[in-house]
Amino acid sequence: MKLAYWMYAGPAHIGTLRVASSFKNVHAIMHAPLGDDYFNVMRSMLERERNFTPVTTSVVDRNVLARGSQEKVVDNITRKDAEEHPDLIVLTPTCTSSILQEDLHNFVERSQLEASCDVMLADVNHYRFNELQAADRTLQQIVQYYIEKARKKGELPEGKSEKPSVNIIGSSTLGFHNHHDCTELKRLMADLGIEVNTVIPEGASVYDIKKMPRAWFNLAPYRELGLMATSYLEAEFGIPCVDITPMGVVETARCIRKIQQVINAQGAEVDYEEFINEQTLYVSQAAWFSRSIDCQNLTGKKAVVFGDNTHAAAMTKILAREMGIHVVWAGTYCKYDADWFREQVSEYCDEVLITEDHGAIGDAIARVEPSAIFGTQMERHVGKRLDIPCGVIAAPIHIQNFPLGYKPFMGYEGTNQIADLVYNSFTLGMEDHLLEIFGGHDTKEVITKGISAGSDLNWTKDGLAELNKIPGFVRGKVKRNTEKFARDRGFKDINVEVLYAAKESVGA
Amino acid sequence: MTATQEPSALNFECETGNYHTFCPISCVAWLYQKIEDSFFLVIGTKTCGYFLQNAMGVMIFAEPRYAMAELEEGDISAQLNDYEELKRLCLQIKRDRNPSVIVWIGTCTTEIIKTDLEGLAPKLESEIGIPIVVARANGLDYAFTQGEDTVLAAMANRCPDKSPVAETEKNERNAIAKLLNFGKKKEEVAQDESEYADHPPLVLFGSLPDPVVTQLTLELKRQGIKVSGWLPAKRFTELPVLEEGYYVSGVNPFLSRTATTLMRRRKCKLIGSPFPIGPDGTRAWIEKICSVFGITPKGLDEREAQIWEGLEDYLQLIRGKSVFFMGDNLLEVSLARFLVRCGMTVQEIGIPYMDKRYQAAELILLEKTCKEMGSPLPSIVEKPDNYNQLQRIYELKPDLVITGMAHANPLEARGINTKWSVEFTFAQIHGFTNARDILELVTRPLRRNNNLKDLGWDKLVREDAKV
Repeated sequence: MKLAYWMYAGPAHIGTLRVASSFKNVHAIMHAPLGDDYFNVMRSMLERERNFTPVTTSVVDRNVLARGSQEKVVDNITRKDAEEHPDLIVLTPTCTSSILQEDLHNFVERSQLEASCDVMLADVNHYRFNELQAADRTLQQIVQYYIEKARKKGELPEGKSEKPSVNIIGSSTLGFHNHHDCTELKRLMADLGIEVNTVIPEGASVYDIKKMPRAWFNLAPYRELGLMATSYLEAEFGIPCVDITPMGVVETARCIRKIQQVINAQGAEVDYEEFINEQTLYVSQAAWFSRSIDCQNLTGKKAVVFGDNTHAAAMTKILAREMGIHVVWAGTYCKYDADWFREQVSEYCDEVLITEDHGAIGDAIARVEPSAIFGTQMERHVGKRLDIPCGVIAAPIHIQNFPLGYKPFMGYEGTNQIADLVYNSFTLGMEDHLLEIFGGHDTKEVITKGISAGSDLNWTKDGLAELNKIPGFVRGKVKRNTEKFARDRGFKDINVEVLYAAKESVGA
Repeated sequence: MTATQEPSALNFECETGNYHTFCPISCVAWLYQKIEDSFFLVIGTKTCGYFLQNAMGVMIFAEPRYAMAELEEGDISAQLNDYEELKRLCLQIKRDRNPSVIVWIGTCTTEIIKTDLEGLAPKLESEIGIPIVVARANGLDYAFTQGEDTVLAAMANRCPDKSPVAETEKNERNAIAKLLNFGKKKEEVAQDESEYADHPPLVLFGSLPDPVVTQLTLELKRQGIKVSGWLPAKRFTELPVLEEGYYVSGVNPFLSRTATTLMRRRKCKLIGSPFPIGPDGTRAWIEKICSVFGITPKGLDEREAQIWEGLEDYLQLIRGKSVFFMGDNLLEVSLARFLVRCGMTVQEIGIPYMDKRYQAAELILLEKTCKEMGSPLPSIVEKPDNYNQLQRIYELKPDLVITGMAHANPLEARGINTKWSVEFTFAQIHGFTNARDILELVTRPLRRNNNLKDLGWDKLVREDAKV
């Protein structure tokens, strides 16, 4: 047992659901008790999804505990098949089904006989994997399932596409700025003259999977999601994988050079150096930004970085290498993949921190007192408490991290967005300091004082006590309205009854 | 369910139970705030923690007095000793927070692996010296607000059964009061007592925000009824005395286990009444309590009329409109009854669980209200099936669907107005004073529509998009 208040990565089934519901026309059925379908709320709220989230629960209740699920799971699968006609139903185990140890495989096999869709069991163990690992595994499982199915039917395409082409792998629902990244990557590929063969899983149909072997290479921009699928495809079809995250000017160039090398090895004759040069110097503003006076002022300022592997590593390199900022420590919560992170960032920061404990992170921030933090929503709140500005760069995230406007983190437009994020974080901190030095804001308390001082009204003790229970942000308004009400009716004293009478009367 | 039928009595149905609701462990979110000296320890898995972390939103950053005891593989396979593990964590909590009570929330996992929380608690309690209350608020058995019911039922057993020796205590307290206030306090106390009618002690149960507690207490005080205590109180150390023969009354429709415990274990008398939600419900609630104590209520007519008058601008917006409750928090019957009185037609009342005995008076009032308003009697669908409900919603085209967040955005995109049901749980909706707040919530989508009408943006999904 461990005492936990906050977790950076969710439970395994969340990862499976993220991948399943990223595909078009794939339905997930959770084997879980009532209330475990919170994923639907998150997707509907955070992504502002217009469609119903294709996830339902085969409810585990007392009867299931006593007698087992029996027909229930099979019935739920066949029912969903008839109602929605999905291409695939993914039966998703949860922590509850992990301990019940029911033979979910058997349910899948039985329902496969009746259902017209494909049915599969997500192979993830709640107690061994987290959200990210489970997502990676589920994606690989679905890809493998449809490749093998196509192979059996002899539907696998012969040979490669005529022009160089790519599978973009790893963009998924509820991923940090994934939609925008995906659009940016497609643009980048178009600029490079590379056809996009498939994008998996976001928005893909499972029938797209059999086309995957036509691609010249796979691009897996996220360290956490997609690498199991790409290594499967590499082993089966020898499709090379480019796994350099094109985030930041230098890394984007490195990614493009790797693509060049990979496709030239297969007979393309491309030279992207001119493109990289043009983009770096004149299209992206980030290189110019690093030369400008603004960025000069950031030189040597202290920052800390924490997030998932992909974003924390990329951010650390950008801050240190491209902006001259002093990264005191960089950390990740992807403990299972800590070696990779260490290797990526060691030379760009003083210290590497690997932990899932938000308390340790908070302490480390307080100890260092950086000028800015780049982290998750948790670090943003630590920053609030310590009066240090924070730019959010990784999940866990809130609704404000699903912006409607176009805000990729990858590619050349991504470099602009990151430069804005970094610069705004630091200047905000500076402004705050200046305000403090020159006396700070002066509006606190004054409004309420002014009004109550001029009034002839007396707040009784109980009235005042009740007023103080009202949340601060509306208290002033309630106070003014109540005093207006009391004045209109000629009350001298405002006690708790007058306070509520005012609330009941219209307009008060 | 066809529209042509006009049923003469309330129609009860039960579906598959495949619906969306919050896990009952969510009750820690409002209970730890209500009971200021408590600490809630949820003994469960990452799944539980993830739910709480996301459902509680920004509260999680306010260093809440709650935590997960996250079970690991060793706990599941009993390689670790659960008593030792819990002791270690509870000592840590005692050291860091020093609470007056630790509430253990049992979850699905502790049910399945059969952790004997009720057995471990008294042992550990005497060892570490902090009361440990066990509530099994799990998704196997309960939905959302029923979590509070399990916690309060457990707390009911902790209420002192004798008032601390009345005389000396009072004198002592008065002595201190005298010292501080030069005798002023004593006058107030004496005066206070005379304001109340002579009636047996009344304890109310149900967790409400402090302002609402004050409002309802004042409301009864106007009738000369004294509220002797409230379960839960602001602090665990202030739990009310419950002697045999005390009267109790519930303020929320989901507290049936608590009511049962109070009656059977504490030998209290339950005043079965409609719940004080909406001015009609509040009035019926007060009248019922008065009638039990043989008090003639005074001024209720004018008071209710005055509140309704104040609601008129909102009533104009909803009169004649239809509403569909998908059901997830057990407030549905009371809210539906209020909305019928407001002039709406209720097409369906989905509800997770229907205790016909505990809600009897509320159901009678619903039926009566429908008849008086000439509104058809709605079906009450227990353990609803969300998929079937969506089909009925498409068919009935209600003006408003009260539903969870999982369905709200997709329905809005299909041109159907929704109100997020969870807001009713957290908003102040009880008593005369807060009737406006309920309608503020109910009318919000309709007011939004008035602002956005004529833009032609009703349906925002393509026709071929499948549901």
